[in-house]
Amino acid sequence: MEYRIEGSTGAWEVVIGLEVHAQVVSQSKLFSGAATAFGAAPNSQVSLVDAAFPGMLPVINAECVAQAVRTGLGLNATINLESRFDRKNYFYADLPAGYQISQYQMPVVGTGTMIIDLPDGSSKSIGITRLHLEQDAGKSLHDQHPTKSYIDLNRAGVALMEIVSEPDLRSPEEAGAYMRKLRSILRYLGTCDGNMEAGSLRADVNVSVRRPGEDKFRTRCEIKNVNSIRFVMHAVEAEAKRQVEVWEQGGEVRQETRLYDPGRGETRPMRSKEHAHDYRYFPDPDLLPLKLDPAWVERLKAHLPELPDAKKARFVAQYGIPAYDAGVLVVEKATADFYEAVATGRDGKQAANWVMGDLFGALNRTGKSIDTSPVTAENLGALLDLINDATINGKIAKDVFEAMVETGEAPGAIVEKRGLRQVTDTGAIDTAIDAVLAANDAKVAEYRGGSEKLFGWFVGQVMRQMKGKGNPALVNEALKRKLG
Amino acid sequence: MTMLTHLTLAGMRAQLRARTIAARELTMAHLAAMQKHRALNAFITETPEAALAEADAADAKLAKGNGGALTGIPLAIKDLFCTDGVRTTAGSKILENFVPPYESTVSANLKRDGAIFVGKTNLDEFAMGSSNMTSAYGPVRNPWTRRGDNAAVLVPGGSSGGSAAAVAARLVPGATATDTGGSIRQPAAFTGIVGIKPTYGRCSRWGIVAFASSLDQAGPMARTVEDAAILLTSMSGHDPKDSTSAPLPVPDFAADLEKPLAGLRVGVPKEYQLEGTPPEITASWEQGVAWLKDAGCSIHSISLPHTKYALPTYYIVAPAEASSNLARYDGVRFGLRVPGEDLDDLYANTRAEGFGAEVRRRILIGTYVLSAGYYDAYYLKAQKVRARILADFTEAFRSVDVVLTPATPGAAFAQGEKMDDPVTMYLNDVFTVTANLAGLPGVSVPAGLDSQGLPLGLQLIGKPFDEVTMLRAARALERAADFRALPALGA
Repeated sequence: MEYRIEGSTGAWEVVIGLEVHAQVVSQSKLFSGAATAFGAAPNSQVSLVDAAFPGMLPVINAECVAQAVRTGLGLNATINLESRFDRKNYFYADLPAGYQISQYQMPVVGTGTMIIDLPDGSSKSIGITRLHLEQDAGKSLHDQHPTKSYIDLNRAGVALMEIVSEPDLRSPEEAGAYMRKLRSILRYLGTCDGNMEAGSLRADVNVSVRRPGEDKFRTRCEIKNVNSIRFVMHAVEAEAKRQVEVWEQGGEVRQETRLYDPGRGETRPMRSKEHAHDYRYFPDPDLLPLKLDPAWVERLKAHLPELPDAKKARFVAQYGIPAYDAGVLVVEKATADFYEAVATGRDGKQAANWVMGDLFGALNRTGKSIDTSPVTAENLGALLDLINDATINGKIAKDVFEAMVETGEAPGAIVEKRGLRQVTDTGAIDTAIDAVLAANDAKVAEYRGGSEKLFGWFVGQVMRQMKGKGNPALVNEALKRKLG
Repeated sequence: MTMLTHLTLAGMRAQLRARTIAARELTMAHLAAMQKHRALNAFITETPEAALAEADAADAKLAKGNGGALTGIPLAIKDLFCTDGVRTTAGSKILENFVPPYESTVSANLKRDGAIFVGKTNLDEFAMGSSNMTSAYGPVRNPWTRRGDNAAVLVPGGSSGGSAAAVAARLVPGATATDTGGSIRQPAAFTGIVGIKPTYGRCSRWGIVAFASSLDQAGPMARTVEDAAILLTSMSGHDPKDSTSAPLPVPDFAADLEKPLAGLRVGVPKEYQLEGTPPEITASWEQGVAWLKDAGCSIHSISLPHTKYALPTYYIVAPAEASSNLARYDGVRFGLRVPGEDLDDLYANTRAEGFGAEVRRRILIGTYVLSAGYYDAYYLKAQKVRARILADFTEAFRSVDVVLTPATPGAAFAQGEKMDDPVTMYLNDVFTVTANLAGLPGVSVPAGLDSQGLPLGLQLIGKPFDEVTMLRAARALERAADFRALPALGA
């Protein structure tokens, strides 16, 4: 199912590449000892190095390098044992040194691949061009004073990974799937918290369009700093449509940097002052080339956690669930862990249905996450056990689950307290059936006259008589016998 | 008083330890000399009160017999080293009121060993110059004058001209300096003193206002090889805060200076015989060769074929790095701020008023050579030539232990001379820039006086991190030259 934009002169294909800036999870900044915690008072996490005082020098933070290497390994990418830091020179008030230390020519991570999972259940392999380490800039606040700008340097010098994809994406959905999968992998690895609201993950979106079958790419535009997955998808669509219009009207798309305006749902060119033209890159003479010990890289590799793709394959094999279910369950590591705790020693499919259906529904409804779920994995497992050992029936189980969502109590306690234990005593079932049949002579005659679809109605009446606690199998069996 | 300031640093140390002089007395003698010779303009900032307080503390330590390597020794610090709580200007108006809240590693090392700082010495703005004429705080006067010509005021060389003048005029026995293309060795030669530029990485650059990071290196200036070696021992050492600092142990550079030189191989590079070199410079060089031969060295003619490219290479690499290093002086966080309509205006106003002409020129050159489309032709090419220059030396050092050259193409010139054309000024660095480009240690030693009565220097270049051998050869030159002449001022 190929995504096409239908123009007035025919269909167009969209070509997308993403440059994602992911803030590295680390105690201190890329080249200084200052802290990186989000939300601290302005300029409270700034060292003399971050503020670029005279004579201050950068010293590489080994943990940030390890995080970049872990991420590279997680993207099945080549690790460059020798890389280099360059200076990207431009003037701005929140860039204290007048240059950003980045990796221009020799990044720490080279080419890799990432599998994206699409809504229709299919998968696609997307090329990773490179990953490099760089410093973040500070923050300019223009709305605090009528004539002045305020500068907060807390973020200045924080480590970022720039992860660049090949132009392999062909639709807004694929772009969204790419962002979701990348965020999932980063969170599994613990190398980026993936929190887009806090700015930990931002994307520059490169978009071009071409006629299906054309083998060359046309001119692309770069949409800067898009900070949600939804906006990435919207920006792709809006920009692609704009470009189709330009081409179809006989114009030419100019290579330029644009911004996405979510309010208007359109992209617009950045003012020329918003970006510099010549960054005058050159190797930073304050830093030596970054040389990695292959044994150190191997140790990091050996300690990588199981990543979403591997976990998905294992869930399919180990728990016998469909690939689609497994794909949904592994997106967040916390969900996967929750599911696994429920599924272990139980019916995997049943566990998946309860987690993806009832639990996700309840979390959505109550605005909670898997980490703050009122129903623990242990309690959900216990509920399945109560169903499977016939202590309660499936219908009562739904009620017990709702009670668990409300109270956070264990299912056993709820069943006991509310007397919801399933009735398997055939005497009690027979008594209930007899009462129902005695009160409904007409219906019994109708059934016996051939209206077999009434059977379900009788089951409902008996269950009602038993306050829902009758064992469904036993009720069916006895009813059949008594109705003859 | 005069006698105290004329002692060597080693001599002062011996007397302080023997308690035949007090640190306070020694410091006061130097402070008095500084006051008397203010016309030299060697200092931008003097710190007499702090110096006297430190002197008293030094005397207390010395009385208990637990002084360090430099306890009680007055020193001057080039105003490119950040000093905690003491204004640090880099010779620029843009840092006129900048008081760092931190101490450079090199000056901290000297303090650790007990040195007393009497003030911050004048320099070319951001260390960019060979004459000290580019300082925003006025030029430094060379204490030497031409024989029979008191009218012409001579330059002390640069950029460490203030340190050189202060040491030569006996205002201090030693001073810190920095050398990016010759800024220690050229002024040492112009003022008849010893200046060491150690191997790149020997001294930490942390806390030194950066000019060109891949070339900058701190070193000492003093009146004898031994004094300079004592200072270098204290200044050196690995610093985790400077990624380019060498993780190597520091030898006692003063320990083996008197060891015989027999068997030492001295290289004489033929490419340093430049057309138009004054005969007196050539004669001084030949004299140096003869002295080392007499000391038991073998002399070898060597070839350093890429020498002629060194100066143009230097004047691409150094401005390129400087253009980036000086971007931080933007009026936003510290230093001079000249407000404007908007941010771009603030930058333009601040930097136009804060930087002098030479600094602006080098920022422009550096910005140009790094620009898209020019990078490969200039900066990248320069880096390749730089690698060749290092390869020349690596090859030469397979057959020789040290290289002997003149320190400068001439003696000190007068203020105002060589000012018409920047390239003429840049030619002053012709013998010294190679050591910076190759990261090698170099030392300038006074070799004698020219026909005008001005000092001339000889330069020795050593193998990487083999300052010990280089300084032994320097000591042999010093012994043979027996340089005793005194400058007209300060003597």
